[in-house]
Amino acid sequence: MSATDRSAARTAIIAERLLGMYREMTTIRFFEEQVDQLYRGAKMPGLAHLYSGEEAVAVGVCGSLRRDDYITSTHRGHGHCLAKGADVGLMFAELLGREPGYCRGKGGSMHIADHANGNLGANAIVGGSTGIATGAAFSAKRRGTDQVSVCFFGDGALGQGLLYEVMNMASLWMLPVVYVCENNLYNEYTPYLEATAGSILDRPRSFGIEALEVDGQDVLAVFAAAQELVERARRGGGPGFLLCNTYRYHGHHVGDVDRLYYRSKEEEQLWKRERDPITLLRTSILEQGLAGEEVLAAIEEEARATVEHAVAFALEAPFPEPGEVTEDVFA
Amino acid sequence: MSSPSLVAPAGVREITIAQAVNEALAEELRRDETVFVIGEDVAEAGTPFKVLSGLVEEFGPERILDSPISEAGITGLGVGAAMTGLRPVVDIMFGDFLTLVMDQLANQAAKAHYMSGGKLSVPLVLRTTLGATRRSAAQHSQSLQAWIAHVPGLKVVLPSTPYDAKGLLKSAIRDDNPVVFIEDKMDWRVAGEVPPGEYTLPLGVADVKRSGEDVTLVGTSSMVRVCLEAADLLAAEGISAEVVDPRTLSPLDGAALIESARKTGRAIVVDEGHRSYGVTAELAAVIAEGAFHYLDAPVRRLGALDVPVPFSPTLEDETVPTPDLVAATARDLCGRT
Repeated sequence: MSATDRSAARTAIIAERLLGMYREMTTIRFFEEQVDQLYRGAKMPGLAHLYSGEEAVAVGVCGSLRRDDYITSTHRGHGHCLAKGADVGLMFAELLGREPGYCRGKGGSMHIADHANGNLGANAIVGGSTGIATGAAFSAKRRGTDQVSVCFFGDGALGQGLLYEVMNMASLWMLPVVYVCENNLYNEYTPYLEATAGSILDRPRSFGIEALEVDGQDVLAVFAAAQELVERARRGGGPGFLLCNTYRYHGHHVGDVDRLYYRSKEEEQLWKRERDPITLLRTSILEQGLAGEEVLAAIEEEARATVEHAVAFALEAPFPEPGEVTEDVFA
Repeated sequence: MSSPSLVAPAGVREITIAQAVNEALAEELRRDETVFVIGEDVAEAGTPFKVLSGLVEEFGPERILDSPISEAGITGLGVGAAMTGLRPVVDIMFGDFLTLVMDQLANQAAKAHYMSGGKLSVPLVLRTTLGATRRSAAQHSQSLQAWIAHVPGLKVVLPSTPYDAKGLLKSAIRDDNPVVFIEDKMDWRVAGEVPPGEYTLPLGVADVKRSGEDVTLVGTSSMVRVCLEAADLLAAEGISAEVVDPRTLSPLDGAALIESARKTGRAIVVDEGHRSYGVTAELAAVIAEGAFHYLDAPVRRLGALDVPVPFSPTLEDETVPTPDLVAATARDLCGRT
């Protein structure tokens, strides 16, 4: 193979990888837009916490993982679940409380678990899954596998004591776990600076945990940092902590539409205009000449169609039989 | 066969509840590589109560793991380990510290299987304690089994004899659900007969500890012995008391309680948790609903006084049901004063 051929092959691999990330991020964005529509159309029971604006974190981090690696997710978890390989149709079915859903309609938006893809569950207790992720890492190490466990959580979870209990143990026992903090600037309706003293990175570092900070809107930056920490953990180098600075486009949940008391419209528009992770990746792909507009447009169309078919499938899917209510209490 | 007063048949040894717990753990650790113990001072110290002495010597510090003082953390770690192929036994030194693990136990362990539509399982055992009269005051003496038993998805085991403790703990470790195994810290030295070989006892089956005709005494954990002593007192007066031990609160063998109450026509329920909204309320309701037409009198309940457990012996001893109190209640119920 000539040097020119090698260069072309490398470019093709990079293009394929980036286009894959573009597809995933676009799918998550369309997914969340549909969730919002289903809520507004009163077709979805309950509420949901949308991930729009934060797609680069889930896609970048999960891009560094194997299928058999573990994740735990949060109340704002659709992006993590999809990026870890969840089926779009079964996701929507769960959000709509239907029988074919990931949890047979028993979990809903905040509890998607997809064991086959290493997803140990989204979690509706802020910080509540930090122990589970750490335990999965403990288990991987004890069983002698080289699996890694990733714990997603938001800036709000920085206020939960459990996180510090388990980071301490992860460091003491050199567990293969990476804590991924998605700082979207708001603990629900409160700016994180009103609730977070000192330096975020000093917290894991005080436990001797390797900690990195990245632009959470740049999927390549997230991917590179996550890969460094994940592979370090996989090799037995111990836990890592990745702080991803990002932004939540929607409110705390779909019903949080009047947000002026805690953040301005200008701030939201600035992030969407200047810092949108999908636009940033799109521009990067075009500028590098890795693909043309038509390729990206085709990917977008494909993602949109996937999501629309999935919604149609879920809307047609049956609800669970009422008698199933008492099933699955015990294994 | 588990009454301490029986003469041991050939081959049956007398060991303490602490030894029975230790044996059950050792046998399961030997049998199944995925079992491990994690907790505060469980390794070289063998717990402050020495219940786990010797385990770290046989199984090593990788499987008998001393943890930081982080009850919620080790329980959460246990939940994640249980979801991914291990069988943790989490040691929570005092039952009072259940307050510290409640999110991980009630929101995570108990609900993971149901919330995931059956995809995730949490085969975790949380060993902890109950019981007052150790002069340990209000934060080291509570009997919080009612809190746990209220949560669907958790199994709750309350052994009262060495035989039951060993057989039930082995079943708890093999169970694919989270099981809270609560030992009475005043009874670890109680001895009883335990066969030398391998056996397990099913969760959810009550045991009649003493047969009788006139009144049913339902006791849990520490209160089984109180009920047996009360039955001795009553027997001397010509009242025949049956003592029934549910052994597990969840699943509950309600049929056994109802059957006994139907036979005797009178029932007293005794548990060391607080009386208000406690285990006794649930058990009494089960009996009342199932045996109403057979009962000669309303079911009576005896539990710990509704006060924080005090320190001074003269105060603390007022808080827990005694054999005399159970016997007096039985006399009253039988119209014998």
